[in-house]
Amino acid sequence: MDLQIALLLGQDGVTNGAIYALLALALVLVFAVTRVIFIPQGEFVAFGALTLASLQAGRLPGTVWLLLAMGTAIALIEGATAVRARRFRRLPLILLLNCGAPLLLAASLLAVSPAGLPLPVQVLLTLMLVVPLAPMLYRLAYQPIAEASVLALLIVSVAVHVTLTGLGLVFFGAEGSRTPAFTDASFALGDAVLQGQTVLVIVASILLIVALYFFFERTLYGKALRATAMNRTGARLMGISGDLAGLLSFTLAGAIGAFSGVLISPITTIYYDSGFLIGLKGFVGAIIGGLASYPLAAAGAVLVGFLEAYSSFWASAFKEVIVFTLIIPVLLWRSLKTRHVEEA
Amino acid sequence: MRVKLLQASLLAVLGIVLAAGARAEINVGVTLSATGPAASLGIPEKNTIALLPTTIAGQKLNYIVLDDASDTTTAVKNTRKLLAENRVDVVIGSTTTPNSLAMIDVVAEGETPMISMAAGARIIDPMDGKRAWVFKTPQNDAQMATAIVQHMLDNKVRTVAYIGFADAYGEGWWNEFSKIAEARRIQIVGNERFNRADTSVTGQVLKILAAKPGAVLVGGAGTPAALPQKSLKEKGYKGLMYQTHGVANADFLRVCGKDCEGTFLPAGPVLVAAQLPDSNPIKKVALDYVAKYEAMHGKGTASTFGAHAWDASLLLANAVPQALKKAQPGTPGFRQALRQALERTTNLTGAHGVFNMSPQDHLGFDQRARVMVRVDNGTWKLVE
Repeated sequence: MDLQIALLLGQDGVTNGAIYALLALALVLVFAVTRVIFIPQGEFVAFGALTLASLQAGRLPGTVWLLLAMGTAIALIEGATAVRARRFRRLPLILLLNCGAPLLLAASLLAVSPAGLPLPVQVLLTLMLVVPLAPMLYRLAYQPIAEASVLALLIVSVAVHVTLTGLGLVFFGAEGSRTPAFTDASFALGDAVLQGQTVLVIVASILLIVALYFFFERTLYGKALRATAMNRTGARLMGISGDLAGLLSFTLAGAIGAFSGVLISPITTIYYDSGFLIGLKGFVGAIIGGLASYPLAAAGAVLVGFLEAYSSFWASAFKEVIVFTLIIPVLLWRSLKTRHVEEA
Repeated sequence: MRVKLLQASLLAVLGIVLAAGARAEINVGVTLSATGPAASLGIPEKNTIALLPTTIAGQKLNYIVLDDASDTTTAVKNTRKLLAENRVDVVIGSTTTPNSLAMIDVVAEGETPMISMAAGARIIDPMDGKRAWVFKTPQNDAQMATAIVQHMLDNKVRTVAYIGFADAYGEGWWNEFSKIAEARRIQIVGNERFNRADTSVTGQVLKILAAKPGAVLVGGAGTPAALPQKSLKEKGYKGLMYQTHGVANADFLRVCGKDCEGTFLPAGPVLVAAQLPDSNPIKKVALDYVAKYEAMHGKGTASTFGAHAWDASLLLANAVPQALKKAQPGTPGFRQALRQALERTTNLTGAHGVFNMSPQDHLGFDQRARVMVRVDNGTWKLVE
């Protein structure tokens, strides 16, 4: 292994690590606020990438129907609650938010051919289609059992994951898609060539992480989320709605997932079920951070990326084994270091 | 007395009517991988089942189609269900080699013939008491690997590297290919693995490039097989590229794009049916299948995988009339007769080749069952 190979592998490791880091942050965020281990995180990566690919191929992405269906389901539930409480004046807003907005989006997609739009608009459309699915999932699947045990929430997560994977197969088919690169630029770095797309992934990830930092440190909503993560009951007593915190954290997780998907789809072929493995590697990073520390989780995820890149060179048949074995010493170390507290 | 006679004759008439009505229908059980990792193979197979004839020799056929989600346990469960609940006379499936291997014990125990749509030679080899019930329609890996090695020798390739799936498909191809390549004195300078869901194969590709092979063979199926090839091209690889017949569908061309120009692969003749010479008997059968499939699902949708299901049905159409002469459907005698008739298939032209089965060979393909194909301007081109 000479320096050039080492550099190329390192570049590969950082690129994948940046994506895993974003997912690890989203997982930590969702777990801290809602105690949900968000297994379907990876599906948002796949949905983001494949929705963009569908738009570029000029097809109506299947996620539109999912958005409409889930919006209608929420409108029915919320509407029924409002009618029972005799608060008829809330009905128009519920309908507008859950049915009107998705319908408007679907209608505009049908009206203009998305294939001819400029790339940034396509990306924006993709995010508008995929990100709302996350808070809708929270509303439908998690909010009714928000007080349940971590185990029950985990089981629901598994169910949601399996359902979304199945829907992905129906929407996008069994074969994968790859979107054209955002940029064809490349830079010479010594002997190695640095692809523009790789730089874009790394820069976008860092920007997103910085933005998240300011969101949590400087904004009221960010602070509310942190308060909920620290003490749910305490935060509620201070007037922070648990439901709102849940919806907000899921929206962020969905946005991070979909955006990651958009970022990596020019680098690799994404399949309807690719998301799970990508999410799982982010999860290994999150575990290294103890599902609590953001910087540790991000560092852990980058470590996973490096480990993956170098092990694929030395022992490609055992790559996954090596990556996932990493979790054992980490868990051992953590369980020796911290005293286990039984959940009440 | 009169009344009794009337009753008796009525009963007799009723009995005859019932017997004619109860002339059992033939139940065909199908288990295939329409979801899960092998879905890109299983979906065209499932679509093909919908095109199959519903009568053979005036006998009605019922197809019971189950999805095994590319999962071995489910395939076995499906087979048991088909045998026990639906009392099927023959099982078609499954899509993948591991699933088909696991089903052998079940169909042998239930003494029911099975026609697999998976490639692995181990499904019918070595022939034994259990495998006597098992037939298959796709070409063996070894047959395809021989074609690749021959083509490499013709193009004076001396060194070759292999990169394949880290699963049964990639491992099976490695075993067959390395054996034949070494016997024919082609030096193997690299052996790497990657996963279907991998987002990067940079490490493996760099290692292959460092070994400077004259040709690279990618042992993968469907669109995931495009990833190593794209990475190799991106890193400046200039040598010959080979793929396996597992990539022979339109989606592979779409995903791989211009990076796959000039790639060689062995495939069943149905892939390039229109380009076959008119003297080739396979051309007519293959074109017939492609026309039927594309009439239903649109132009350019037919794949070689669905044609394996079509060939399974051709085998049945040939064997069922012989078996019907010996026994009624739904009886052990019929299943045994069907097995014997399948085993005696001679000179039956399918979409993938000409079947000549024997008690030792439950596939019966010869060299006509494979052609070398090159990717040329985003289409498959027959190599003369």
